[in-house]
Amino acid sequence: MAICSYLPDLLCKFPSIDDTTIRMARKSVDDGFKALVREYINAIDALVQPLQWFLNYLERLFVSSPWIIILAVMVAIVYFGSRDLRITIGTIVSMLLIGLVGLWNDTMVTLAMVTVCTFIAIIVGIPIGILMARSERAQSIINPILDVMQTMPSFVYLIPVVMIFGIGKVPGLIAVVIYAVPPMIRLTNLGIRLVDKEVLEAADAFGSSPWQRLKNVQMPLALPTIMAGINQTIMMSLAMVVVASMVGVGGLGRNVLQAINNQFFTVGFFNGFALVAIAIIFDRTSQAYGKRLQKHSEVIHG
Amino acid sequence: MASHAIEVKNLYKIFGPRGRDFVDQVKAGLGKTELNEKHGHVLGLQDINISMPAGGVMVVMGLSGSGKSTLIRHINRLIDPTAGEVLYDGVDVCKMSENDLREFRRHKTAMVFQKFALLPHRTIIENTVYGLEIQGVPMEESRKRAQGWIERVGLKGFENHYPNQLSGGMQQRVGLARALTNDADILLMDEAYSALDPLIRVDMQTVLLDLQKELKKTVVFITHDLDEALRLGDKIAILRDGKVIQQGTGQEIVLKPADEYITAFVKEVNRGRVINVETIMKPLSGNPEGVPVAIGTVLESAARMMTVANQNVAHVVDANGRPVGSIDLGTIISAMVTPISHQLQAA
Repeated sequence: MAICSYLPDLLCKFPSIDDTTIRMARKSVDDGFKALVREYINAIDALVQPLQWFLNYLERLFVSSPWIIILAVMVAIVYFGSRDLRITIGTIVSMLLIGLVGLWNDTMVTLAMVTVCTFIAIIVGIPIGILMARSERAQSIINPILDVMQTMPSFVYLIPVVMIFGIGKVPGLIAVVIYAVPPMIRLTNLGIRLVDKEVLEAADAFGSSPWQRLKNVQMPLALPTIMAGINQTIMMSLAMVVVASMVGVGGLGRNVLQAINNQFFTVGFFNGFALVAIAIIFDRTSQAYGKRLQKHSEVIHG
Repeated sequence: MASHAIEVKNLYKIFGPRGRDFVDQVKAGLGKTELNEKHGHVLGLQDINISMPAGGVMVVMGLSGSGKSTLIRHINRLIDPTAGEVLYDGVDVCKMSENDLREFRRHKTAMVFQKFALLPHRTIIENTVYGLEIQGVPMEESRKRAQGWIERVGLKGFENHYPNQLSGGMQQRVGLARALTNDADILLMDEAYSALDPLIRVDMQTVLLDLQKELKKTVVFITHDLDEALRLGDKIAILRDGKVIQQGTGQEIVLKPADEYITAFVKEVNRGRVINVETIMKPLSGNPEGVPVAIGTVLESAARMMTVANQNVAHVVDANGRPVGSIDLGTIISAMVTPISHQLQAA
């Protein structure tokens, strides 16, 4: 560049740290991390063992049960959750189609995975959300962490997850939960913060303890927002199981990954649509259920 | 349960992070505007001294921003004072520990809110038992007690409705039932009727007066409506810019307004419905003449009785029927019309 001839070198070419130093730093961080993992590998394994059991148990249950029982249970859950015949019929039709194209078992594996992920995301997310709603300081610390979790490309945090837990279902599960838990936390926090100040004041005026306030007022009134969070979490886990198949999660995601690698156009779309079908079933059912919980907010008398 | 009086003494509230630092300056005469402009703090209440009668209705009146809602929130300490004390039964509410305060709120106070503040996800009966529920009263008993109050406020048959299914007036009845179910000595009513239509408001005032006749609770009622204040209040305190500018009975305020501000208010009042005959009667001279009028009768009713009987004079009798004074139509009329001095002051 011509302009560089007028400028000192320092201002023209960015003065980066030299390669050797960077390499050294990288190496020591990586080695240190690996050493740390090696040191605590037993403890980590013991810690995640229950997850492994839970996941395996559910997966075996879903895959080995006769399809008709699974379908019946699903239809019952969908119907009693939504009380909507259209959603129920849609569920039956899409599940039958999935079975017809030979994806039943893979779908069950994915279903087990998503169920466990959502369950863990709720258990982890709601208490953190409550903590955030109660303390400004907690909110100011947790918010940037959530920002990182949501914007960091999911492939990047697969790296440390694999380094710590290796390849397999549990690392996939942890990656999915990391990806799917932020909306749960954020919407729990938001829901509690949006609770009407007057109603809270009334609860205080009658002498509620903090726990009574949370249980009787804040959680019930935040429930619609929390339900939206659960819905988002389910959707995000479904999206993430495909990426998680890269570290050894089975099911529909692995089929998609194989289809990408081999340019199997039809296989890719079949599996993709199976994921879409599950997503829509979950979404419509949980939304209809959330709406039913809000029956009391219908204004009948002006 | 005998009711107890509430004493508010030298109460100051300055909103802002360093409110306490400015109390002395405010005591020395720092004004509200100056405090806000120079120091960015808002003067909520200054030097409030009110003794609220046990078993009576204390009305605190003022326009918006006068600090009346702030004041009522000091009684159950939803707001902490900057300085001063609130004494109930000899105990300073402002010095209670968190646990004592919670017990005080549970057992001694109940509150009714301007915007009802009902729990939208609970039915009417579930809302009504709320106070007892958090006290840990067994469900069966609390439901029985709540049911009684729901019926008293005229909501029988609506127990399993949700608040959103009721009109404003009905929702406030639920608010009242919820407060009464607590069976607390102090009933705090923060602009409880301000959001209601005029007719429903009068109706609810009647409900409160009827209940108060038998319950004899210590009621603190906040309002911006002088007619409401005069109708309900055994004692009235008028607040402006966080200061009490006059307190006394309704009669005293209407007949002897402390300053132009109150005069302007009082001008619009229907004096014939506020002033009682004993306030303007003359001592009895000679035999009682004309129709007998009981003590506590308002001028309008007395005038009507005299007109019906076609008499120009009447005598006032006490509760035992003994004559205690006399009045004539002329005195009544001159007391009923707003005095010229008030008109001029207000103009």
